[in-house]
Amino acid sequence: MTALPPPSAKKLGLVIDLDTCVGCQACVTACKGWNDQGYGAPLSDMDAYGSEPCGTFLNRVHSYEVTPDDGPAQIINFPRSCLHCEDAPCVTVCPTGASYKRAEDGIVLVNEDACIGCGLCAWACPYGAREMDAAAGVMKKCTLCVDRIYNENLPEEDRQPACVRTCPTGARHFGDLGDPESAVSRLVADRGGYALMPEMGTRPVNRYLPPRPKDARREASVLAPLLDLQATGFAGWLDRLLERF
Amino acid sequence: MHPAPSVIIFTVLSGVGFGFLGALDLGLMPVQGGAALVAFGLAYLLAVAGLVASTFHLGNPQRALRAFTQWRTSWLSREGWASVAALAASAPVALAAAFRPGMMLAGHLPGLIAAAFCVLTILCTSMIYAQLRTVPRWHHWTTPVLFLAFAAAGGAILALPGPVAAAACLVSGGAMLLAFALGDGRFARQGQSPAAATGLGPRVRPFAPPHTSPNYVMREMIHHVGRKHARRLRLIALGLGAGLPALLMLVLPAGLLASALALIPHLAGALAQRWLFFAEAEHVVGHYYGRAADAARGTA
Amino acid sequence: MNQPRIDTSPAVSDEVCKTTCYMCACRCGINVHLKSGRVSYIEGNRDHPVNKGVLCAKGASGIMQVTAPSRLRKPLRRVGPRGSGAFEEISWDEALGLAVQWLGPLRATAPEKLAFFTGRDQSQSFTSFWAQNFGTPNYAAHGGFCSVNMAAAGIYTMGGAFWEFGQTDWDRTRLFVMFGVAEDHDSNPIKIGIGKLKARGGRMVCINPVRTGYNAVADDWLGITPGTDGLLILALVHELLMAGRIDLDYLARFTNAPCLIDETEGEEKGLLLRDDLGKPLVIDRATGEPAPYDRPGVRPDLGATWKGCRTVFQHLAERYLSADYAPEAVADRCGIPAGRIRALAAEIARAAFDDPVVIDQPWTDFRGERHEKMVGRPVSFHAMRGISAHSNGFQTARALHVLQILLGAVEVPGGFRFKPPYPKPAHAHPTPHSYFMPGRPLDGPHLGFPQGPEHLALKLDDLTPARIDKGFTWDNPLSAHGLMHMVISNAVAGDPYPIDTLMLYMANMAWNSSMNTAETMAMLTAKDGNGEYRIPRIIYSDAYASEMVAYADLVLPDTTYLERHDCISLLDRPICEADHAADAIRWPVIEPDREVRGFQSVLVDLGGRLGLPGFVTEDGRAKYRDYADYIVNHQRRPGVGPLIGWRGDGGAVGRGAPNPNQLNAYIANGGFFLAEVPEEARFFKPWNRAYQDWAVGMGFYDTPQPYLFQLYCEPMRRFQLAAEGYHERQPPDHLRDRIRATMDPLPIWYPPFGDEGAAGFPLHAITQRPMAMYHSWGSQNAWLRQIHGHNPLYLPTRVWQAQGFADGDWARVTSPSGQITVPVAHMAALNENTVWTWNAIGKRKGAWALDEDAPEATKGFLLNHLIDELLPDRGDGRRWSNSDPITGQAAWFDLRVRVEKCAAPDEAQPVFPPLGSPVPRAGRNRP
Ligand SMILES: Nc1nc2c(c(=O)[nH]1)N[C@H]1C(S)=C(S)[C@@H](COP(=O)(O)OP(=O)(O)OC[C@H]3O[C@@H](n4cnc5c(=O)[nH]c(N)nc54)[C@H](O)[C@@H]3O)O[C@H]1N2
Ligand SMILES: Nc1nc2c(c(=O)[nH]1)N[C@H]1C(S)=C(S)[C@@H](COP(=O)(O)OP(=O)(O)OC[C@H]3O[C@@H](n4cnc5c(=O)[nH]c(N)nc54)[C@H](O)[C@@H]3O)O[C@H]1N2
Ligand code: SF4
Ligand code: SF4
Ligand code: SF4
Ligand code: SF4
Ligand code: SF4
Ligand SMILES: [Mo]
Repeated sequence: MTALPPPSAKKLGLVIDLDTCVGCQACVTACKGWNDQGYGAPLSDMDAYGSEPCGTFLNRVHSYEVTPDDGPAQIINFPRSCLHCEDAPCVTVCPTGASYKRAEDGIVLVNEDACIGCGLCAWACPYGAREMDAAAGVMKKCTLCVDRIYNENLPEEDRQPACVRTCPTGARHFGDLGDPESAVSRLVADRGGYALMPEMGTRPVNRYLPPRPKDARREASVLAPLLDLQATGFAGWLDRLLERF
Repeated sequence: MHPAPSVIIFTVLSGVGFGFLGALDLGLMPVQGGAALVAFGLAYLLAVAGLVASTFHLGNPQRALRAFTQWRTSWLSREGWASVAALAASAPVALAAAFRPGMMLAGHLPGLIAAAFCVLTILCTSMIYAQLRTVPRWHHWTTPVLFLAFAAAGGAILALPGPVAAAACLVSGGAMLLAFALGDGRFARQGQSPAAATGLGPRVRPFAPPHTSPNYVMREMIHHVGRKHARRLRLIALGLGAGLPALLMLVLPAGLLASALALIPHLAGALAQRWLFFAEAEHVVGHYYGRAADAARGTA
Repeated sequence: MNQPRIDTSPAVSDEVCKTTCYMCACRCGINVHLKSGRVSYIEGNRDHPVNKGVLCAKGASGIMQVTAPSRLRKPLRRVGPRGSGAFEEISWDEALGLAVQWLGPLRATAPEKLAFFTGRDQSQSFTSFWAQNFGTPNYAAHGGFCSVNMAAAGIYTMGGAFWEFGQTDWDRTRLFVMFGVAEDHDSNPIKIGIGKLKARGGRMVCINPVRTGYNAVADDWLGITPGTDGLLILALVHELLMAGRIDLDYLARFTNAPCLIDETEGEEKGLLLRDDLGKPLVIDRATGEPAPYDRPGVRPDLGATWKGCRTVFQHLAERYLSADYAPEAVADRCGIPAGRIRALAAEIARAAFDDPVVIDQPWTDFRGERHEKMVGRPVSFHAMRGISAHSNGFQTARALHVLQILLGAVEVPGGFRFKPPYPKPAHAHPTPHSYFMPGRPLDGPHLGFPQGPEHLALKLDDLTPARIDKGFTWDNPLSAHGLMHMVISNAVAGDPYPIDTLMLYMANMAWNSSMNTAETMAMLTAKDGNGEYRIPRIIYSDAYASEMVAYADLVLPDTTYLERHDCISLLDRPICEADHAADAIRWPVIEPDREVRGFQSVLVDLGGRLGLPGFVTEDGRAKYRDYADYIVNHQRRPGVGPLIGWRGDGGAVGRGAPNPNQLNAYIANGGFFLAEVPEEARFFKPWNRAYQDWAVGMGFYDTPQPYLFQLYCEPMRRFQLAAEGYHERQPPDHLRDRIRATMDPLPIWYPPFGDEGAAGFPLHAITQRPMAMYHSWGSQNAWLRQIHGHNPLYLPTRVWQAQGFADGDWARVTSPSGQITVPVAHMAALNENTVWTWNAIGKRKGAWALDEDAPEATKGFLLNHLIDELLPDRGDGRRWSNSDPITGQAAWFDLRVRVEKCAAPDEAQPVFPPLGSPVPRAGRNRP
């Protein structure tokens, strides 16, 4: 309940590859679609066809611009959802116990039947990962698709979050970050995966893989001309070329 | 943070209410009989009105009782218990004052205990905000000081009109100044930045918001107050919340009239201060949205 | 700790129906979950060849498309003035009766007075068949304003293009270079491919003025100045030639590089030398004698000269070795430093030649020579509208293909690969047909690939355009997809002739798909001296309350994509991948709750009522019950029908008699059919005997069609020859010079026509497709419109700073033909002379069942208001279309503008009066 359980061995979470995410927003609507009909109340959309539509989304994709000192500016697409923190402040602030971290796998969930909709947990989350549903009056957040990943009604290969399953570039990875041998842990190790705002002391489980270095100056490597065209003319060039053939 | 009226009214009214109740419990305003009924009644009215207001911002107020379950970890839950305890513990004190004037619970152990619960309630309320690392302006000892000082001032205006109340008002003014001074720039000083939020280095800037439409997080956690506006409101909060009531307390003869005349500007000042308390508080999630959020909402 | 017990295995749905997504031409497979008969969730079909389980943002929010309040509900007849949106609902009987009453007499007297144009409809082989049987020459789909430059350049050069015709060998390529793509039709496969490339550590280079989306994840980004890609590509060719880093063996065997060009003055000059059977001649290195290119054992000589005639290769090399194409010579115009161009050339050469991909798979080529292995060049390219939507797009796309071919990187492992039924060279495609007679079908298919002036669509006088869009005329001889963007303006001008009925299908021509939007709306409502509309009748089929609906006289409401049969056919735009041929269907997984009908079924019905030959039996009865019946029973050629799977008794593939159970077989198998290309046939398809035989077996063509890649495009030379006076059909004099200059058979670069009137308009203005929106119709989707509800104009740092712009500012944007006032935003990752915005976010008030103060209408805007369908008046009294001079492709991205900071108006300008909505107001909240 509101107190955090002892740290679990299994730490399920997402690893998001910022080098590969093209910002297509597929994970955003796949998440919306699954969770609109899955865990808890539907995700409402207020003023859906009006001047200020405002809906509940559990996953949103930002886009940032980075301007290095040398080289052209870059755009980095940046999906953001709950990081299933180990020291989840959203859990401990909750007055009702609705917000909790699962003892067995570390997933942070809201028990909507107990939630009074006070919003405090959203205030406590540094990452903006919680959204109060305006229609249901309960707090919504990424469930890590807890109703998919263990779901025996789904084929084995589909037991992964909706956003991961749909991501066309494969920029989203799901797995056990508590197991250093898991594929996700190895990815994090290989690619220098990092946590967001570590100084907030939340100890997120999710990791981000940084963009690879871009726009390396490659001007140095150039092609050696076959021979000086000016000196030999076209005929000389052609001879040299066809000699190789 | 979004300055929601229900939360502003809640903190202001329950602050004065529990401040006054605590003062009555302490016996700082010796009242008896009908006067006690009126005084305690007013204190209860203010405190309970505040508590009721706090439920207005709940998505599911019908389940509010559940908020009592997590006192071990949650300041909101503790506040619930503390307020109930304060109201309950004050009841015998009030009843005694009204109907058994001889019993004199106020100012004695039962009254002291009840007053302690009042103080605890205020403290818990303040800790709901002070505990949040995500809001650096709140995450500081000045927050409980501010809330306690306001409760003391409000309580004193009602219970102890005169120089003591004037002093309490000035203390709340000092607390405000302190909170403003120490709070300004704390967000920046905390070191969180778009760079830390995204891990994308110092030269990062939001390019496009995730949605062009606003969302709950933006509406709730990202609020901008114009500098000029804020300065004006700070002056109002200081002047109406602390200066004017202090002056009135000093110049007017202590009494009901003085209390009433001073309470009005004080409450207005407290409302201004509370509005600023929320509106000026920057949440770290703003780093994800940055200016793009303003553009999306057209508030830039 | 007692945490709540939750059900981690809830039942997902009652039923899963597998069909095909419709929100773009990618056509992914979807699993539609139903609960109590209603759609509850849509996910990708893992078994589907296109998307392999993934879905894009649009596909995953299809449920909002199916429940959108903007869905039309019943046929509509206009009651107010055109454009007002005032309609009455009528029954289908009345609607069809009215259509027959209008169309019947036309067919009997002047079938050309019906112009039938479709948008990105996914049944063009069917709609064109209908139009052909109606007898009008005036049919085309959206290709002309979309990407015909890309399609035509690819087909003329190598028998297939990027886009839907081919793809990168994602499993093997190591360097991927992408020009001018924001999303493309092949959206999920490209994304899957980029993911694969990145996972393998491959490199990706993007050339695009804007660095978003795919460009954002590229390892290298070249922020090119719009319209200059041709120069950049030819500079790469220059570098590779200078260093001799080209695939000589490939060029000699598989391309027309060794073919001899006639250099004798006269009517044959510049054509290929041919033998008596018409086969191009090469010089055999073994004998030094001329030989037909395909003679077994011949080893063509790239450097030969024979009787003063030199090879294509020599012409080509001589041209591009010129210092005009040196990186230094192009760098400024391209906005890319010469050093970076050199570096890119070097990287391409290294990737192509230093580490070839080898597959242990013998194969036999068309000359009968056996190759022990398949050796390939792991460098691949992709391009789309960034190249093709310019008036020099055809030549630029040709240049890119020439680059690919010089590297030997087409149809080889690691390179670019065709998807069956491609490759298919231009000469194996039909030529355009336009001969019409009252009451008769057209003499053949409308669209095709002219081989010379004899194939132009001119009337019997050899002068007048036969088609309303002037497709296949001297203005744009190779307009293989027609010119949809010219239909309205030509019809209103009565140039080349007036029409009676304009029938449109899923094209929002009154808004985002037209140039010069305001003027287009005025043209749609323009009246003649007698008070009659200049376009007397407009019939339109849409599924939603789009802007165009308001301009129709008769609206035939379509179903949504989950409520009808559709067929994604190999006769049309295939969903094949390089390793297999595949087709698919849609089928009604839910029943419509409105009085709407699938438009194809409506056409089948109309075809029967009008007695169109393909749609009635000998005795005049309707031949097909509905479109589903057509899909199963129609035969284009004996045994060849819309679908290749489960033909005959259910076991036949490609060819076979109609099978009444075919659709059930598709439904039972996930909605698609897949035929693997045999291992031996997977690469070198144009020259691979195993592939050619397999293709004949599949019914793609009736005999093997091996061919050479056309570095030198001979049909273009025939048009030049005509312009030089050597043809019985002669271009009008005002076009002679332009044809001579632009129809060069070797790729050239010329400045985009938009540059002509660009003095005072220093900036290039372009649009991009948002990945999460499909043109105009994403805005009715409650989820997607929250993501893209309005669009700023992005300004580069230079402009931003020069005018002191700040966040939240607005600007007045002026082009040679119009002005808009819009919100702006800053972007550093942008070419410094370019501004851009998202395409088609702006909406007209009153459309799409959105509130009138929806951000799409108050802050969203279109760049289309600034783009004219005609070039600025040259004072010669002629209407020069804003199109590529070769294909007629709309030159959307030639736009030049000037940007000035201004006070923020209440709303983005221009504002048009709200349209009356043909559907009731939407409820406020969802669900
Ligand atoms: N999500 C989504 N997918 C779609 C569509 C949609 O609306 N939404 N529409 C479909 C249709 S109809 C089409 S035609 C395709 C089009 O698919 P794309 O070809 O991806 O079309 P655009 O978005 O027009 O992208 C053009 C790109 O070219 C760049 N560009 C512009 N000028 C130049 C230039 O001169 N040189 C270079 N190198 N780049 C340039 C632009 O910055 C932009 O990135 O997408 C199809 N797929
Ligand atoms: N500025 C600028 N303008 C452009 C472009 C650009 O890059 N820049 N790109 C151009 C290009 S390439 C294209 S392809 C065009 C696209 O332009 P359009 O083809 O006009 O595209 P849409 O807006 O998708 O309009 C299609 C219509 O089909 C309707 N529709 C949707 N589903 C169905 C259905 O199931 N049945 C029927 N009957 N109708 C349906 C929609 O409601 C909509 O009204 O835009 C062109 N316009
Ligand atoms: S689906 Fe994948 S690529 Fe698309 S935005 Fe989400 S993480 Fe990025
Ligand atoms: S990301 Fe936010 S909501 Fe999720 S566990 Fe951490 S603090 Fe809680
Ligand atoms: S909103 Fe719900 S989950 Fe969040 S703190 Fe309040 S009661 Fe707990
Ligand atoms: S794990 Fe599930 S709930 Fe969380 S973001 Fe992905 S789809 Fe949404
Ligand atoms: S790419 Fe998206 S919209 Fe297009 S067919 Fe696939 S899922 Fe549908
Ligand atoms: Mo298009």
